[in-house]
Amino acid sequence: MRLRILYFAALRERLGRAEEDVEVPAEVASIGALRVWLGQRGPEFASAFAPDRLVRAALNQRMVGPDAALSGGAEVAFFPPVTGG
Amino acid sequence: MSVSVQREDFDVGRELAVLRAGDPRVGAVAAFVGTVRDVNAVGAGPERVVSLELEHYPGMTEAALEEIEHQAHARWGLIGTRIIHRFGALAPADQIVFVGVTAAHRGDAFAACEFIMDYLKTRAPFWKRETTPAGPRWVEGRESDETAAARWDQQGES
Repeated sequence: MRLRILYFAALRERLGRAEEDVEVPAEVASIGALRVWLGQRGPEFASAFAPDRLVRAALNQRMVGPDAALSGGAEVAFFPPVTGG
Repeated sequence: MSVSVQREDFDVGRELAVLRAGDPRVGAVAAFVGTVRDVNAVGAGPERVVSLELEHYPGMTEAALEEIEHQAHARWGLIGTRIIHRFGALAPADQIVFVGVTAAHRGDAFAACEFIMDYLKTRAPFWKRETTPAGPRWVEGRESDETAAARWDQQGES
């Protein structure tokens, strides 16, 4: 399915991109699975999404955990822990 | 209820006057302003902050702040709330965020104001990038922010 992925802050800098459209296989059905799938794309992705790295996710602009289910056309965002206020 | 995410500075006096709106049901007005400090302690020692850049996730920031506002109204007896959060380039002593709350009584107003700030610090998609004499660096979240937010958590909520 097609997904729009946004990257913010230090994660964006590490990956060298702010956004992209991706096509993922059907078995990549959750945020957690997407994180693993992205980690396999190359060294900078593997480092950025390593299991010990604190990476938060939003699905269609709502903060979600790794079990959140993906659907076609969704907007996913990955980012470091927030530091507003 | 009102949320603004903007580059421009805000006037606290004006915002409080608008929030109160001459409503005689209001007995308590609580407010918080977050400002940019010129020193941030990181690792070995403090670094001087020359400037601050606030990045945000357009769309999600407004939605996240509105959700926090809704939760505050659901949990306490409130009359009005106003949240303003800036983004973009800021300097030490600049205002970053405003939270205003009106209620009949001060217990609700104080608690809701603190709750909104604690939740905003851990759930609103903003990221601070400080420029110090040694160069730019991303601010890291504080564990104390997570602890502060967690004390408001209720059964079956996140």
